[in-house]
Amino acid sequence: MKVTINGAEREFSGDQSMPILWFLRDELQMTGTKFGCGKALCGACTVHLDGQPTRACVTPMAAANGRSITTIEGLDGSVGEALKGAWKALNVPQCGYCQSGQLMQAASLLNDNPSPEDADIDQAMAGNICRCGTYPRIRAAIKMAAEGKS
Amino acid sequence: MSTLDRRQFLKVSLSGSAFALTAQLLPGRALMAADHEGGLSPSLFVNIDSDGTVSITCHRSEMGQHVRTSIVQVVADELEANFDDVQVIQAPGDPAYGDQNTDGSRSIRRNLTRLRQAGATARQMLRQAAAERWGVDIRECDAVQNVVTHTPSGRSLGYGELAAAAGRLPVPEADSVELKSRDQWRYIGKAIKHVDLDAVTSGQAVFGFDVKMENLHIAVIARPPVLFGTVKSLDDSAARAIPGVINVVQLPALQPPAVFNALGGVAVIATSTWAAMRGRDALKIEWDHGDNASYNSPEYMQSLLETARQPAEVVRQRGDAPGVIASAAHKVSAEYTAPHLSQAPMEPPAATARVSDGKAEIWACTQTPQSTRATVAGALGLEPEAVTVNVTLLGGAFGRKSKPDFSVEAALLSREQGAPVKVLWTREDDIRNGYYHSVSAQRIEAALDDEGNTTAWHHRTVFPTIFSTFNPAAMSPGALEMGLGFVDNPFVVPNMQLERGQAKGHVRIGWLRSVANVYHAFATQSFAHELAVAAKADPKDYLLKLIGPPRHIDLAAEGAEYPNYDDPLEAYPIDTGRLANVVRRVAEQADWSGKRAQGRALGIAAHRSFLTYVATIVEVSVDTDGRWKVDDVFVSIDAGTIVNPDDVRAQCEGGSIYGLSCAIGQITATNGVVDQGNFNDYKVATMPQSPHQVHVDIVESDAPPAGVGEPPTPPFAPALVNALYEATGTRIRDLPVPPIIATS
Repeated sequence: MKVTINGAEREFSGDQSMPILWFLRDELQMTGTKFGCGKALCGACTVHLDGQPTRACVTPMAAANGRSITTIEGLDGSVGEALKGAWKALNVPQCGYCQSGQLMQAASLLNDNPSPEDADIDQAMAGNICRCGTYPRIRAAIKMAAEGKS
Repeated sequence: MSTLDRRQFLKVSLSGSAFALTAQLLPGRALMAADHEGGLSPSLFVNIDSDGTVSITCHRSEMGQHVRTSIVQVVADELEANFDDVQVIQAPGDPAYGDQNTDGSRSIRRNLTRLRQAGATARQMLRQAAAERWGVDIRECDAVQNVVTHTPSGRSLGYGELAAAAGRLPVPEADSVELKSRDQWRYIGKAIKHVDLDAVTSGQAVFGFDVKMENLHIAVIARPPVLFGTVKSLDDSAARAIPGVINVVQLPALQPPAVFNALGGVAVIATSTWAAMRGRDALKIEWDHGDNASYNSPEYMQSLLETARQPAEVVRQRGDAPGVIASAAHKVSAEYTAPHLSQAPMEPPAATARVSDGKAEIWACTQTPQSTRATVAGALGLEPEAVTVNVTLLGGAFGRKSKPDFSVEAALLSREQGAPVKVLWTREDDIRNGYYHSVSAQRIEAALDDEGNTTAWHHRTVFPTIFSTFNPAAMSPGALEMGLGFVDNPFVVPNMQLERGQAKGHVRIGWLRSVANVYHAFATQSFAHELAVAAKADPKDYLLKLIGPPRHIDLAAEGAEYPNYDDPLEAYPIDTGRLANVVRRVAEQADWSGKRAQGRALGIAAHRSFLTYVATIVEVSVDTDGRWKVDDVFVSIDAGTIVNPDDVRAQCEGGSIYGLSCAIGQITATNGVVDQGNFNDYKVATMPQSPHQVHVDIVESDAPPAGVGEPPTPPFAPALVNALYEATGTRIRDLPVPPIIATS
């Protein structure tokens, strides 16, 4: 099967039931996408599959056949740059481990809704756990990115 | 700011280094220059290349507290090096650095002075080299931002041009090196952004899970579900049949004490993570659960409570609290319980080991590279010098990663396999086979006089001790744990008696952010509020009355052993004036007396831990169904001298939200097996449950630096339940706080 990762086409001939996460991390050595729970409960592994936020830890390679995946390493464009800039401006990350997933989830939110209210942010980000407790800064950074864009 | 890994650094340094400085284990020992021609000791803090590159070594583990930034701030300030151009080197585990165990909120409090000296010594040597070059007095030579200038003539030389000559000078004695005055600080005390921001936001940061190397094997382990359980029978045929599975290895059974040793069980080694995980799922293991299969949380909690109701060993005594209470007209009593918790860092434990030719190299997300080195050496029968421990970034830690058991597993498996092995813990492994925050029960009784003054306080704490992890016979909490918010009770009550009961440990008990302070502050600060209610007083005013006049508490005079976080009481007294100050400041910040909207209420708590004073106000709202929510949080913190105010803020934000998680999470066991396994049943705070903002007020202080990473956590849970009481009239004494609270 073929899958496009951050714009580059890749071949995959292994176990189609393997989650996308391990293709990225073990085979492509792209370790920006993180393992946190393995059950789609924490959001650390969030990637975009054809633009939709997707938990790579439970999504099998079969679901990626012929489709396009964007990871943190490929997060760019106006939304991605605005978010990364806001993350840095507000010194959001503490340990940083969950932040790839937070950024990918936030990018999906802003792609769908360029001016999210607090309730929209809560709803979109509810499945992305941060044990360092950076939630207030993530919220502020999403708003900053949204304002910078609009 | 750029970073450089240690290998690259060594290569660069060996080829072109001119000047290196070593700071030694003990504060006050002389700083020594290493041989500038290449004999670079690994115990470097400062290195300046002849091309002008300044490298600063961080010997503490980065787990979200931004220590890689704050240490550079300190050294670069005194060195007068341009912060943005500094290369940060992460130190491997080596006693030459001094203590590296990144716990106990002590990176800054224990290193501020010695790292300032390391930077200042280098600066002085660079000035001396310039003075000799120009034949002038050193006092006419200023070092500013990587350049030494002869002020009268305006001549100048860059640090790189001076490095070789400076490296040949004798190192001045520490007491002859002048440190900057506070008003000269350029970086210390400034909000500087974290050095790893670019790496983190681009997915390039390397954590323990992310270590890569040639021929790397991946292992996951089926560990005994019950502590000290053993494998009765194993059928690994299905596992071995899975493509990618290379080997199935039974690890030696763990014998008490657990300490930091591998838990035992059955490892599946594979060419990929997925194959290893599938292989583990396919193992057929029958376990002998052993004695700890008797461990059932509800019955165990009852036994803790029964112990808490009986007289126990007195650890601090003032006056006659039991006598006063027995004859008092007004008595208040309450029992508080709190369950086990799991640190649950977002990155579960992970370690890579390469063992060959009588040597071992480890790459791990460890808080404690030195005990990793010692424990791995012991497990492999090697000298510590034969073990190298490289520290990756840590994806959170909170105390879990101060236990090196996962590195031991990797080392044992690498030796067995004859190949590099990375051991990955899944979330279930982390939740079910942890080093748990202790379960606890406490009982407090008090007497009130007719004016509502508390005249006696009698408090008993019962919990299985951390020491049971190291000595199965240990039944009583140690002075260490008693000193975490229990014997150091700051209240001015004339009669006080504090006691510790006995309890047996059935799981590995370990540290979690602020440790026993969590449940001791929960009980003490909840009960302070209950007394205010009984006295019909304002809770903030009553808390201030309990804290009493400004004074330094002399615990020794009341028979208490008190380690004071291993720092001297002379420098860090228990200062009730500073505690009262943060209470007053947080009340002002939150507009304590101001009117709140319907359904909203405030709760307050204050606690000294890790030598730092924190007061927290939590504002909650409760809807008509009893569903509660934290709307706002206010924190006032006095941590003495601080290095980076934005990092202090971040720790107050995160520490409060961690405190919220401590209030809603629980780990329980049935027949010795932990009931929870992942974030579906081990509840931690999510964004919708968390406050939109944590308002942080930092007391400006030139007192000695104190802890920051842990102190914001303990006051949160009591402030929360106090607020919920104000909102509903219902008192939560047993954690976790339920999601719905009936109004009474």
